[in-house]
Amino acid sequence: MEQILNFHQPQRRTFIQTSVAASVSLAVFGLVNQSEAWALEVKALSPSEAKTMLQLCRDIYPHDRIGDEFYAVAVKGIDSKAQKDSKFKKQLTDGLKDLDARAQKGFKKAYVNVGWEIERNKVLQQIENTAFFQSIRGDLVVSLYNQEGVWPVFGYEGESASKGGYINRGFNDLKWL
Amino acid sequence: MANKFDLNDDSVAVVIGSGAGGGTLATELALKGVKVVCLEAGGRHEIEDFINDEWASFGQLAWTDMRMTSGSWRVSKNFPNLPAWIVKSVGGSTVHWAGASIRFQEHEFKTRTVYGEVKGANLLDWPVTLKEMEPWYAKAEDRMGVTRTNGIPGLPGNNNYKVLEAGAKKLGYKEVHTGRMAINSQPRDGRGACQQIGFCFQGCKSGAKWSTLYAEIPKGEKTGNLEVRTNCHVYKIEHDNSGKVTGVVYFDKDGKSQRQKARLVAVAGNSIESPRLLLLSASGKYPKGLANSSDQVGRNYMRHMTGSVYATFANPVRMWRGTTMAGIVQDESIHDPKRGFVGGYEMETLSLGIPFMAAFLDPGSWGREFTTALDAYEYMAGMWLVGEDMPQASNRVTLHGKVKDKHGLPVPNVNFDDHANDLAMRDHAYERGVAIYEAAGATRVFPTAPYPSTHNLGTCRMSKRPEDGVVNAYGRTHDIKNLFVSDGSQFTTGGAENPTLTIVALALRQADHIVGLMTKREI
Repeated sequence: MEQILNFHQPQRRTFIQTSVAASVSLAVFGLVNQSEAWALEVKALSPSEAKTMLQLCRDIYPHDRIGDEFYAVAVKGIDSKAQKDSKFKKQLTDGLKDLDARAQKGFKKAYVNVGWEIERNKVLQQIENTAFFQSIRGDLVVSLYNQEGVWPVFGYEGESASKGGYINRGFNDLKWL
Repeated sequence: MANKFDLNDDSVAVVIGSGAGGGTLATELALKGVKVVCLEAGGRHEIEDFINDEWASFGQLAWTDMRMTSGSWRVSKNFPNLPAWIVKSVGGSTVHWAGASIRFQEHEFKTRTVYGEVKGANLLDWPVTLKEMEPWYAKAEDRMGVTRTNGIPGLPGNNNYKVLEAGAKKLGYKEVHTGRMAINSQPRDGRGACQQIGFCFQGCKSGAKWSTLYAEIPKGEKTGNLEVRTNCHVYKIEHDNSGKVTGVVYFDKDGKSQRQKARLVAVAGNSIESPRLLLLSASGKYPKGLANSSDQVGRNYMRHMTGSVYATFANPVRMWRGTTMAGIVQDESIHDPKRGFVGGYEMETLSLGIPFMAAFLDPGSWGREFTTALDAYEYMAGMWLVGEDMPQASNRVTLHGKVKDKHGLPVPNVNFDDHANDLAMRDHAYERGVAIYEAAGATRVFPTAPYPSTHNLGTCRMSKRPEDGVVNAYGRTHDIKNLFVSDGSQFTTGGAENPTLTIVALALRQADHIVGLMTKREI
């Protein structure tokens, strides 16, 4: 599915079983503490790269009420893909290196250490049209938002048919108009 | 499992596709005693197989064979390999449609006459009038169980509709209601009433929504005259020296090539695959493809002027609860050139779940501008704008010069540019949609670009004169007497209305016509 959302053509199609991957990943680690979020199993990325990737993912789609564990699921998915695809892995490591270089140039710090989101955004704006950025963003739009665990943050109630639909569960309960 | 009808049985009618056009035609022919082999490229997913999960359902049902795009339309930029969101499964797009069933207006059958010449547009009058279509629309409405017809009450309005209604009425709009929908508001035709499940786009798990999958095809199969073969992708229609169609060749579920002989062939693969097949069937006698002496096969591709408006409010809406298309404002669907464009548009409620909202609210967008919108999801209402887009000869489906599919056949390319009329209409529609939501108290509004097309029309259009189109008033190709087109690619122009009701009405009429021709031994 993420291939459909990428802007580069033509590509071989692969469909990722995101909801299955998400539930497996969450079972692998029950960590909430941000400082340990990248202790998750990354094989292709180094721990430091995983930490940068985590911050990048949050900065692309920042939701203050979504915990790191959900962004970490996305990072783990990206890492799995990099384990199987050496070209993709190179794109990642080059992209992260470039990201840090730009952060150093602008703020004299590695990307994860640039303290303010608004400053990190200035770095991202420089790379938003790169294949690296677009491929992370395109992946994330499914791997982050397709996790059932994040839906309650938005109020979205998910699957409905087995609960009898909404005919008796407030489909027309709006009273403020 | 052996075929019901023999591959060498040349007395059968072959229908390609099982959606609104193919599924209805195949069933109606079978009910009238004609033997039909319906070849469906996709699998067969029944109600119990449907999934209330947007991406999982997409993986199950959507047509995702490689397609290419070109032209200046935003769909090509955002979704270069997904020009259309349609269904590859028995039932076709009647599995995932929202159910809106509105008749064309009288003038929409004769736009060349009424709108006059529109520069750059390939306008043409249909060779059929509303008056001629009325009895068939009536049959279709009864068949499909359309609310507000045949004594069927309208559906109740959900929260999303309440917001639309409040804003629209405040602005003085008059044609505001819960729509003419092919969704049971009470049990009918052996199917239950709507449970407001809210996953209409993922297949109706209550069966309240009409679909050829469970409301037509089983009736045809019960007669013993209809055989539906799944995972059968037709790649060529064959003909004899006289030019008469003799059968089709297709890849079966094991990828083996099979030849089914036929007395007649009806093409109903939706508006990208149907012209593709006619072009792929080019031969020595027909070097430009079948039924293409006019060079119109693949041209005049229309997808309706579309766009969406979402808006957030200070209080919760929870628009995902209940039917996706829960109501409509029809006032702007008239032809009123004082607005700066010809033709009109409907305004219909729309809702997406969080996964699809993230993907389609503003493709490519990132950062706080985007995430604060999603954070307000529970407070959001949404509408879809659907209007008449201009047919243009250069908007067309062709065989791609380089890219091939898994069988080695050229994939289709969809080339599209908006016409100036489309842009003017869309801008007007965005402004009106925003005005409706602001009248209801919106705190923030989001005009949203067109999605991959769910309405695909015009690529084998009807015409009076053979040189202007591909088929006649009955969907019979001008060039080949026993070759028909039965899907939305027949549409001469698109009208402002959702196309399914018109496709079904045309299919019922075509079935009647075909049986007449067969009885008179004309095919």
